Amino acid sequence: MVTSIIRRLFQALFVILAMTVIVFIGVSVIGNPVDILINPDANQVERARVIAHYGLDEPLWKQYFIFLRGLAQGDFGDSFVYGRPALGLILERLPATLELAIAALGIAIVIGLPLGLYAGLYPSRISSRIIMTGSILGFSLPTFWVGLMLIMIFSVELGWLPTNGRGPTLEFLGGQWSFLTSDGLRHLLLPAFNLALFKTSLILRLTRAGVQEVLPQDYIKFARAKGLRERRIIAVHVLKNLMIPVVTIVGLEFGSLIAFSVVTESIFAWPGMGKLIIDSINLLDRPVIVAYLMMMVLLFVVLNFVIDTCYTILDPRVRLDSKA
Amino acid sequence: MTVSNAGNETIAKSEPSGSSRVIKDFFRSPGAAIGFAVLIIICGLAILAPWISPQNPYDLMQLDIMDGRLAPGSESMKGLVYHLGTDSQGRDILSGILYGLRTSLTVGVVSAIAAALIGTSAGLFAAYTRGRIETGLMRLVDLQLSFPTILMALMMLAVLGKGVTNVVIALIIAEWATYARTVRATALVEREKEYIEAARMLRLPGWRILLRHLLPNCLAPVIVIATMQVARAIGLEATLSFLGLGASVTEPSLGMLISTGYQYLLTGLYWISFFPGVALLITIVAINLVGDRVRDVLNPRNAS
Repeated sequence: MVTSIIRRLFQALFVILAMTVIVFIGVSVIGNPVDILINPDANQVERARVIAHYGLDEPLWKQYFIFLRGLAQGDFGDSFVYGRPALGLILERLPATLELAIAALGIAIVIGLPLGLYAGLYPSRISSRIIMTGSILGFSLPTFWVGLMLIMIFSVELGWLPTNGRGPTLEFLGGQWSFLTSDGLRHLLLPAFNLALFKTSLILRLTRAGVQEVLPQDYIKFARAKGLRERRIIAVHVLKNLMIPVVTIVGLEFGSLIAFSVVTESIFAWPGMGKLIIDSINLLDRPVIVAYLMMMVLLFVVLNFVIDTCYTILDPRVRLDSKA
Repeated sequence: MTVSNAGNETIAKSEPSGSSRVIKDFFRSPGAAIGFAVLIIICGLAILAPWISPQNPYDLMQLDIMDGRLAPGSESMKGLVYHLGTDSQGRDILSGILYGLRTSLTVGVVSAIAAALIGTSAGLFAAYTRGRIETGLMRLVDLQLSFPTILMALMMLAVLGKGVTNVVIALIIAEWATYARTVRATALVEREKEYIEAARMLRLPGWRILLRHLLPNCLAPVIVIATMQVARAIGLEATLSFLGLGASVTEPSLGMLISTGYQYLLTGLYWISFFPGVALLITIVAINLVGDRVRDVLNPRNAS
């Protein structure tokens, strides 16, 4: 098992390295940084000075190593817009995005799992059919449009919930969090629900498919034959066997929630990383773009690594596979 | 979708083959039949937009700023009725939607077909040649598929810059890997079958085996993914345009329309964002209904 984890670790490092090459080539070669960095009105002397300052006159491989060295030190350069280190800007906004993603994941699980379980256990009931049709809608509804409609209904028409921002925050573990204040929670509700919609449908369908796969198994029949109560069969035998695929998907989807929060954050003016990257792309703030992309790469690689490792520990079949 | 179906129908008339069963099976589901009908109507509306829409919403000469932000059903001074209201520029929302559908459908279909072509070629090639090229290609595929589409698209747009063409390129680059992985997996199974062995015995040239024997038998999953892909691409294009990374204000796009209505939403002018969103939703649901059914029909496990 240790060898397989070490092998995965090397694979993860390789992926990160490969992505640095891709991001570097993308940002430095395809997009011309000189045009972005230099004021079009600048004279030749000014141009040459800026090019030398950013090392853009060096050969490409040398530029790449300068880029890598900065990366290793967490130095992506200063944001052109804010004039502050790009990484700092992103880390500052990380709690807001994390909070949103975790809240959304929580909502998706709390709604999706029971509904999926119900639809799987009683597939022929009309209520189950309604749930399944609803989940197709959840897949098809464009997230950003749903966000607007939520604002329209709950903020403009009913006036129940605020439309934008995080509300008052409290400091906790070195970050600012909304969920610690009641007004902050009210601000969190709509964006979190908006972000959760797609994942709710996903978890719902996954759970239902899992239930239908588990129910005909011999061990369920045996549990029934033993005369176990239905509740116990569902709680112990069905749910437990559902957990491996559900936990895997939930882990994988957490990353995509963070990526998708770009949309929700823009709608609800939620001051997280996603809003920052959209603003940065619009303003061509290259250091922030690069820092964000590398942060996401790191996040996904770490997530995949953790999930793979958990899998190896949880499921003996995977372990045997890797030995062979 | 329409093209392949039209082709199948002609075959169905001449001989009762597998494709006639597929078509019959397809329309046995009422949801899919409705979805298909709606899709035909939407395609028709989009194609005919320049002739049937009340105004050309992107010709500034035809817009009257005095007609800005009119409620659905209001009449302009020239006697034109704005059935779905107007935006802040005096643009008829109904016309905007019809023109926007053109962009959405084009982006969806073009990116899905291009990604399918690239991905299928890569997958087939990998499965047929094996060895180092295969390993390299599949590593690239694994790498790409470990990141969500929207992140790949953002990455591409950060590099390429804004614009609809760049959105299409980003979608192609973000999506080809799905096809490559699926086609390779299918092709690896197919290439061990006897008909391929027979073709080899006949000493047919490699390209012929690849294109005439292997490819047709790997197409079913490609069609399924491509159908779903069109819906995803349309949604993603609208999302990116909404975020200001796709279509510009002067280009017809549903996402852009929704985005311009965003600022008026808080003052109760709901129609600018609402109706384009409904159009988007209907299109995506229709495609998903069709795609769902295509998957069920083409899945050999479900064939009776």
